[in-house]
Amino acid sequence: MPFVVLGDPNYATSIRIIKKLIDNGASALELGFAFSDPIADGPVIQKANNRALANGITTKKDFEILEEIRRESKVPISIMLSYNLAYKYGLDAFYKKCSALKITAILFPDVPLEESKEAVKHAKKYSIHQVFLVSPTTTPKRMQQLNKVAEGYVYLVSLLGTTGARESINTKLPELIKLVKKEMTLPVYVGFGISTPAQAKNVIALGADGAISGSAFCKIIEENILSKENMVTKIANFCKEMSEAVKGA
Amino acid sequence: MFVPEMMVPALKELANAFEKYKDEEEFKKELNYLLKEFAGRPTPLYFTKNISNELGFRIYLKREDLLHSGAHKINNTLGQGLLAKRMNKKEIIAETGAGQHGVATAITGALLGMPVKVFMGEKDVERQKLNVYRMKLFGAEVVPVTSGSKTLKDAVNEALRYYLTNVETCYYLIGSVVGPHPYPKIVQHFQEIIGKETREQILKKEGKSPTAVVACVGGGSNSIGIFSAFIEDEVKLIGVEAGGNEEKHGKTLGEGSVGIFQGSKSYVLQTKDGQILEAHSISAGLDYPGVGPVHSYLKDSKRAAYGSITDSEALEALAYLSRKEGILPALESAHAVAYVMKNKEKFKKSDIVIICLSGRGDKDVAQLMGGGFLE
Ligand SMILES: Cc1ncc(COP(=O)(O)O)c(C=O)c1O
Repeated sequence: MPFVVLGDPNYATSIRIIKKLIDNGASALELGFAFSDPIADGPVIQKANNRALANGITTKKDFEILEEIRRESKVPISIMLSYNLAYKYGLDAFYKKCSALKITAILFPDVPLEESKEAVKHAKKYSIHQVFLVSPTTTPKRMQQLNKVAEGYVYLVSLLGTTGARESINTKLPELIKLVKKEMTLPVYVGFGISTPAQAKNVIALGADGAISGSAFCKIIEENILSKENMVTKIANFCKEMSEAVKGA
Repeated sequence: MFVPEMMVPALKELANAFEKYKDEEEFKKELNYLLKEFAGRPTPLYFTKNISNELGFRIYLKREDLLHSGAHKINNTLGQGLLAKRMNKKEIIAETGAGQHGVATAITGALLGMPVKVFMGEKDVERQKLNVYRMKLFGAEVVPVTSGSKTLKDAVNEALRYYLTNVETCYYLIGSVVGPHPYPKIVQHFQEIIGKETREQILKKEGKSPTAVVACVGGGSNSIGIFSAFIEDEVKLIGVEAGGNEEKHGKTLGEGSVGIFQGSKSYVLQTKDGQILEAHSISAGLDYPGVGPVHSYLKDSKRAAYGSITDSEALEALAYLSRKEGILPALESAHAVAYVMKNKEKFKKSDIVIICLSGRGDKDVAQLMGGGFLE
């Protein structure tokens, strides 16, 4: 599942990019709302956030892009954003809007179980899946607690750290996937540090139900900022490669 | 605690360790020894004859500027440093704005034999060169932060990201009453010594409570430190934020709105959408768009009042206190002094006003020289 930031690098190109992802094998999308201070993101996704903000993205425009996508596609869409953006929009209004746009799932990386009551309440009200992070520091007991409130899928953070490409996947990941599979009933999607088709394939082979790749896509945008044509083409090709790697696993 | 899942177990471990050690005799003995013999507590509550005469009421300064390292920050770093040691952490990290918290952490690391990494916005590295050098002298590594506004908020982001990555071995020593739970509580606890001493001192010297207690507010640690002892008393508590220049400022409580930022829910300077705004202040320590949740509570419950002072008013106060009393305040603390000067009409002759002089201005001299302040 590819991740990009809505409005990166700008409104129009972002729509083109997302459509390309859908046309090139992405069976589901994870889309981020740009925030000025994303604490779980490494440099590449921070820059993606900044590009979108510098080019005038707002929460309202994020929703407009989603509307545009929905006009053409029913692809499942998860959104990921810092809690403050939804809080300022008004939680009820935010979930209501997402529901109207047929958003499948919402993940706030800065809302752990302890702070999730309001979010979960609204998610239930509007029939949206509230997704939670599970990490290498999450204990089995905590996984069981999360399993009671989490819906949709588990976003398994493959390593301790921020988002960003890594040379290789965490050696403890096989055990971790096994543990989550044992303690939780939801499908497991692995993210953070998955940036090559081989890594994605590997993660699936280890028993995960999906792989989420963000920084690699955002890096393509960053490196092709001068030519939108190249950018869109490369995104399409990379998405195809990733999708095929996952399907072949 | 509004933080990613990776940090939650570590923050719980921290909360447990804090609850376990804070009242333990052995821990308290060790901390009190260091506060006294190493840092120089208790600090004097000094009666300022000259400015009291001129402004027309009784003004005392709580001399946190006399502490080892030059500011109140060391009260907290010694407390948390001992906690880190008890928790068997291998490394201490910190964020810093003015560099005072970085220096205090570097000193604490040297004292306790623990390696220290300090994250500091590139802009602050530039304007607080002296403190950067001091941190290095104490053996700390200074990591310049180039993301965002390159000031304190970005240093906190970067420290949080590093913590996220090294959460099992590293102790994040936050410098103010901000960040995720339990940090606001821990930092407040270790700064409450300022208020405890002040209250005893003023009762001894004047036989009664002060009329007002005034302190500058960056994240809010020196202010809550001194306020906390007077909350139940009939004493005006006044926090002073950075008024900055005409365009930009650090008036988080004055002009911000409630949001979720860097792990806690509190007032924050932000757009309608919830994007965090860049703050501005001539004093790096007040150049922060967030504020501790305890001050949001004190503001909303109207137990404390919050005002602001501009860059130029703070500079004027720095010069005034230096010339009249022979005391050079930190630019941060000068905001509290300026507030009292500016609002002198509100006090009558018998009133007693205590200013928390959170730090000394030596760190700001290079910046003042660069700005041609005396010319
Ligand atoms: C001397 C001094 N006073 C005040 C502050 C502001 O912090 P706080 O509001 O937490 O006391 C700083 C921060 O660096 C400082 O160095």
